[in-house]
Amino acid sequence: MCAYTLPPQFETFTQARREGFLKAMAIKEAGGHIAGTFCTFTPCELIDAAGVHPVSLCGMSQEPIPAAERDLPKNLCPLIKSSYGFAVSDTCPYTYFSDLIVGETTCDGKKKMYELLGQIKDVYVLQLPQGIQREQALEQWTGELRRFRSVLEEKFQVTITDEALREASILRNQIRQAQTGLMELQKLDPPPFSGLDLYRLLDGLGFSFDLHATLQKLADLTAQLRRDYDAGARPVPAGRKRILVTGCPIGGVLEKTVKVVEENGGVVVCFENCSGIKPSRYLVDTQAEDILTAIAQRYLRIGCAVMTPNTQRMELLPQLAEEFQVDGILDIELQACHPYTVERCMIKQLADRIGIPFLALDADYSQSDLGQLTTRIAAFLEML
Amino acid sequence: MYSIGVDIGSTCAKLAVLEDGQELAFHTVMPTGWSSGNTAQAILDLLEERGFQGAPCVATGYGRRNVPYAQKAVTEITCHAKGGGFLFGEGPYVLIDIGGQDTKIIAVSGGAVQDFLMNDKCSAGTGRFLEIMANTLCVDPARLCELARAGSGVSISSMCTVFAESEVISLIGSGASKEDIAFGVVDSIVNKVASQYGRLAGPGSACCLTGGLCESPYILEALSKKLGTPVRSSPLARYAGAIGAALIAYGENKR
Ligand code: SF4
Ligand code: SF4
Repeated sequence: MCAYTLPPQFETFTQARREGFLKAMAIKEAGGHIAGTFCTFTPCELIDAAGVHPVSLCGMSQEPIPAAERDLPKNLCPLIKSSYGFAVSDTCPYTYFSDLIVGETTCDGKKKMYELLGQIKDVYVLQLPQGIQREQALEQWTGELRRFRSVLEEKFQVTITDEALREASILRNQIRQAQTGLMELQKLDPPPFSGLDLYRLLDGLGFSFDLHATLQKLADLTAQLRRDYDAGARPVPAGRKRILVTGCPIGGVLEKTVKVVEENGGVVVCFENCSGIKPSRYLVDTQAEDILTAIAQRYLRIGCAVMTPNTQRMELLPQLAEEFQVDGILDIELQACHPYTVERCMIKQLADRIGIPFLALDADYSQSDLGQLTTRIAAFLEML
Repeated sequence: MYSIGVDIGSTCAKLAVLEDGQELAFHTVMPTGWSSGNTAQAILDLLEERGFQGAPCVATGYGRRNVPYAQKAVTEITCHAKGGGFLFGEGPYVLIDIGGQDTKIIAVSGGAVQDFLMNDKCSAGTGRFLEIMANTLCVDPARLCELARAGSGVSISSMCTVFAESEVISLIGSGASKEDIAFGVVDSIVNKVASQYGRLAGPGSACCLTGGLCESPYILEALSKKLGTPVRSSPLARYAGAIGAALIAYGENKR
């Protein structure tokens, strides 16, 4: 047991962040370890199997951005700036308590930010292949996982057995399935959930350290919603335009996008992006002979725009549009995100092909574009 | 039956009253000033004076939420397309609205919005840009547009209004004529609008212009030349949003 002291700036934190801080501190005081992650590609099964707690560090707030801009260019994705800003200003409890920060070679901005972050924290970056069509991609990624396994073993003085990996994969699969089950309730017409509530709930799961409790919570909630719905509860009125959201991670722009959709006659029925369907739909083949390869395989199915070509996204979107009966596709992109803003044109072509109206939005974490975004979103919904 | 459309833009507020959704019974424009709430009240006073109060009303424009007597707020995109239908027919055409703080490009077909674009949070290619440059040149915006006709040769390279303003100041300093600078200003707006137009419309699509700038013949000419297609307008085109709003109010209340 060791005692931790609070950095002075934590005193001013909101309730939720204080609680997170206390949870993280409790883990550390009990001799546990925390690994900070930034991306859906992080193979959390390995971290789980090492007995370490993964936690998402994605910066979703404007607040630490000025601190980040002392080192980083202004014209950079706000998620990268915010994540880095939290670390340099010691204002995120999870970042503060992370024994290790795990990154991947995804977009250029993140890659280079990790190098800088490495100057103040212990950072390990996995080399993610970006052309999954190549024969060697799986081999290379499996090799990266093998290397990561030994890094974890050495750093935390543990042995990661195949059994532990299999067990972790089974539990992660169950959580993903439970998430999918919850999200697929939105196929109902009208859906049982506002998109805003659904997203907040899914996002919040990233901060829970007890995976079994998370699983239970998801199962209970899904059952409860289903029961209420069958008993006639209709929290979302009928006749709202059904919107599919795709693009960048949107935790930091939720209020000025998803909320505005739902205040103007729409409801988000499907999130294709990170925190939504994209990361939860594909499972690890837990029966596979080589569990590490099976884990690697699962991650390479994620349709992120850092892949080239990003065929998985192109295949998933029309399926989801059909399954969730969507009236419009909203591509939400963070300012200066090259992978997604360039890929937008192809998503627009795809939307034209399947005959679904499409709107793309660029947003940063400030409040200055709220009026314009509202007009665009409202006009889009009026058009449907 | 009368119906009312109120379009509270960033610089000007426009009012249109329609009779049976067909005849324009009344229209007027006034500066928005600093409070859209006060402007809305001034419009209400005017409506009462003219005996139109109580008729169904729809508000649009950036101040659309500050019109307490409107039954509904509808975005300027939808209202412009509707108003476009009144002025230019059902389409298909591309409607360009150069407004005070933003420029909208709207693909209209069957009288309805098919797709649209708005400029980002930046005043390049908007009425505001023109206003600031006119101020720097000590002329009013309409005069600037007409001066431009006699100018040539100057191009303003900066897309940012603040930098463009200092570019204009140094042009004045270097002795460039007002006409040439005005030419550069209009050219810059037309270029910006053309590049947005190109993202939405195929070359040569039929095109109509609404918003305050359509009152300048030279802007219409320059835009037609740049887009390679004749740009239509109408003396009532700056009321397109208000007319559209009045049409929506009529449509929802007629029996
Ligand atoms: S969008 Fe791509 S790079 Fe960003 S978190 Fe998701 S998977 Fe990672
Ligand atoms: S949103 Fe785009 S730029 Fe930002 S971290 Fe993700 S991929 Fe990189």
